[in-house]
Amino acid sequence: MITPFKWSLVGLVFVYLYLPIAILVINSFNESKYGFEWKGFSLRWYEKLWHNDALMQAFTNSLLIATLAATAATVIGTLMALAVYRYQFRMKKLATGLLFVVLMSPDIVLAITFLVIFIVLGIHLGFWSLLISHITFCLPFVVITVYAQLKGFDRNLLEAARDLGAGEWRSFRTIVLPLVMPAVIAGWLLSFTLSLDDVIISTFVTGPGFEILPIRVYSMVKIGVSPEVNVLATLLLALSLILVMIAALLGRVRRKW
Amino acid sequence: MSDFILVLSGITKRFDREEVLKGFDLTIRDGEFFTLLGPSGCGKSTVLRLIAGLEQANAGSIRLAGHEIATLPAERRPVNTVFQNYALFPHMTVFDNVAFGLRMNGIARDEIAPRVKEALAAVQLSDYAQRRPHQLSGGQQQRVAIARAVVNRPRVLLLDESLSALDYKLRRQMQIELKQLQRQLGITFVYVTHDQEEALSMSDRVLVMDQGRAMQIGTPREIYEEPCNLFVARFIGEINIFPATILRPLGEYRYLAEVNGVEKTIRFHQQATEGDEVHVLLRPEDLRVEYIADAPVDRRGYVGAVLERNYTGQTLDSLIRLENGQNLLVSEFFNEDDPDFDYRIGERVWVDWVAGWEHVIAKESW
Amino acid sequence: MRFRQLVITVTLAWLALFVLAPHILVLLTSLLSPDTQQLASYPFTMQSYTRLWEPVYASAFWQSFWLSLLTTVICLLIGYPFAWTLARLPKLPRALLLFLMMVPFWTNSLIRTYAIKLILGAKGLINSTLLSLGLIDTPLQLLYTPFAVIFGLVYILLPFMVLPLVTTFSKLDNRLLEAARDLGATPWQRFVQVILPLSMPGVIAGSLIVFLPAMGMFYVSDLLGGAKNLLLGNIIKNQFLVVRDWPFGAALSITLIVLMGLLLWFYVQANRRINRQGGLDDNAL
Repeated sequence: MITPFKWSLVGLVFVYLYLPIAILVINSFNESKYGFEWKGFSLRWYEKLWHNDALMQAFTNSLLIATLAATAATVIGTLMALAVYRYQFRMKKLATGLLFVVLMSPDIVLAITFLVIFIVLGIHLGFWSLLISHITFCLPFVVITVYAQLKGFDRNLLEAARDLGAGEWRSFRTIVLPLVMPAVIAGWLLSFTLSLDDVIISTFVTGPGFEILPIRVYSMVKIGVSPEVNVLATLLLALSLILVMIAALLGRVRRKW
Repeated sequence: MSDFILVLSGITKRFDREEVLKGFDLTIRDGEFFTLLGPSGCGKSTVLRLIAGLEQANAGSIRLAGHEIATLPAERRPVNTVFQNYALFPHMTVFDNVAFGLRMNGIARDEIAPRVKEALAAVQLSDYAQRRPHQLSGGQQQRVAIARAVVNRPRVLLLDESLSALDYKLRRQMQIELKQLQRQLGITFVYVTHDQEEALSMSDRVLVMDQGRAMQIGTPREIYEEPCNLFVARFIGEINIFPATILRPLGEYRYLAEVNGVEKTIRFHQQATEGDEVHVLLRPEDLRVEYIADAPVDRRGYVGAVLERNYTGQTLDSLIRLENGQNLLVSEFFNEDDPDFDYRIGERVWVDWVAGWEHVIAKESW
Repeated sequence: MRFRQLVITVTLAWLALFVLAPHILVLLTSLLSPDTQQLASYPFTMQSYTRLWEPVYASAFWQSFWLSLLTTVICLLIGYPFAWTLARLPKLPRALLLFLMMVPFWTNSLIRTYAIKLILGAKGLINSTLLSLGLIDTPLQLLYTPFAVIFGLVYILLPFMVLPLVTTFSKLDNRLLEAARDLGATPWQRFVQVILPLSMPGVIAGSLIVFLPAMGMFYVSDLLGGAKNLLLGNIIKNQFLVVRDWPFGAALSITLIVLMGLLLWFYVQANRRINRQGGLDDNAL
């Protein structure tokens, strides 16, 4: 059914998507500092990164923010999805509308709104401002993922649970949560990805006390070439892949069990 | 030959490695209402899709009015389909849906509007031309789907389980309308269904299919009253099956046989000799029940007990367990003489049938 | 009952505090007077909005608009057939390919933009390949051009075009295509009459989440376009973080929001046409 033309298109798109990544990964092991001459395998840049305290700090900060933001966004987002799916309440339309705004707004607009509210509330720019804004822009993605799953299952299940005497919290914990778990995991991964990928919002709400990767890297790559960045990219990729494999393995174990 | 509009011969169709149809033959007469009937997965829809060109056969030929069409793409075949869930274009009005085929086939602009109006009038939807599909009820959508197909004046109209999404009452009504429309248009209808009642009530001829094979082809009456094997007998309506052994021929296709332990005279349109085993088939309405007390003393029939009785309005349906353990379904019409007749659960009764109403087929291994 | 109240309170409080209030504040800020010390001050004025029409900013706006539009069109041209092919695959390979499409996101998009710099630079992959093949004598000036910016924007944003399109295509009922065939529509007619109109919500959703963010991606312009402030995002960032004229920066953002509202309206209309509700329930993403 699928013509060679279509396959070559798919192939080309993936080459386009992966070529830059491949260059980063390969160059991270390249002895040469500049570009495309292979001067031999070397772990020199890895060592250099290890000794670059500021960059390492930014790297771990980024991972910390991504992990915390993804986890918090998943918890809050799952609850929001439940609220939208399960309950009727005043201003529900407003709530879904606001989630939609976050989903659709360009990052630069969100970045400004976050900056303004943090200044007005007097929240110090740094760890907390980064965490809150990352949680917020991840939220709609979690809500959508979990909500879609909730919509997929039989409403009678919840009614059956209540009929059998389970309260709201009990039926959530014993019925809803296990059923939406795949969506919750997917939402977490998506949030983690979005948080790690973000540049624009972080640029606006970061502060001098707590530096994360894009800010640090920005100043390094704006001027010239820096091989440590190649190493960082490789490490990020490897780390995320390991994470996904663990998630996949856990999923498989759960299914067997 | 000319009165055969559609001739399928030697059709083989495989999905992956599974053979859905093998050496399938079918001839359909011009202007008839033909139904493909069978359980789901029997290949009936595949036959329809092969005719429409939505599937390609692995082997075999399909001739429409004498022309080979098996190699033509769907869009160039002069047949149209009414799809199971209507498949109306949601982004177009009813008018545009019906006009779609005409536009695709390059019909002149000033001819399109009158033909669409005519088709919509035929399905009583003249006032709905500017609506969108989602603003219509299920039955109305169904009618649009029919109008969209017949407006192209196809040689053959294919209907794929077209009424199955409607509720019972609407379905009965649409059955009548479809039949009228077919008579009015004079187009050959090929209808696919798993509903035997629908098949019997609408069709000129029915093909019963199972597992990709044709089981029996005939008029609804033939299919119902003279099923050629146990599958057809069981699939169409309810049936009681008695095992029987031929004792001796009586001439003129009449035999003395031991039917379920009782000696009876049966009609069997085949040659048989002593010891041959056969099935005697009886529809529930062919059986007669008598209270034991009312029966003549020399009664040669079956004794059983009423296990269950169901009042259906027109008939009294009862389940009777014979002394040998076999369960029989009996369906009796109320008559004027005795409008209140009924059985008590557990009541013992005689069961028999009117001589000559039985249908006998050779014993099958399955 | 307490659990229910907790869930609803958290939902409303979070969204009110970190989404609704900030947007209102930005709107208010855009109406205040600039003040480098206090960031913004009274009195209320429309001054920031009138400044939008100054030739410098108007032309910057247009330039940004066209770059983003071009990016969107290119993403659409690549993404549409790509998404169609993906959507027609069986579920498992489709999910796998979609997943592979997201993997590059784990290296921060700034780092990926930097990688593109390595490709387009004077000593980059393209130039060194062309030089070694003898096709050119001197390196082409690819970097620090609008072309490089578009290249980078398409690279970063293409997946966002593909995702809603794949969703739309997989929702498209195959029987509609069969019906069209049955009624005599050729492949081209099927595309124009059925596939294209029914995929419009996906096209608009995709365009929306490519076009608007593209205007804001200051770092792509910074790294690949040189110091030319090609995108609206660069101007906004400068107003907030460098010049510290918050009211003007806020006014620029409000303009973007208005533009977003306009495009969303188109999206809802397109959905209406084929009888679906726009909004969260529909989840085009």
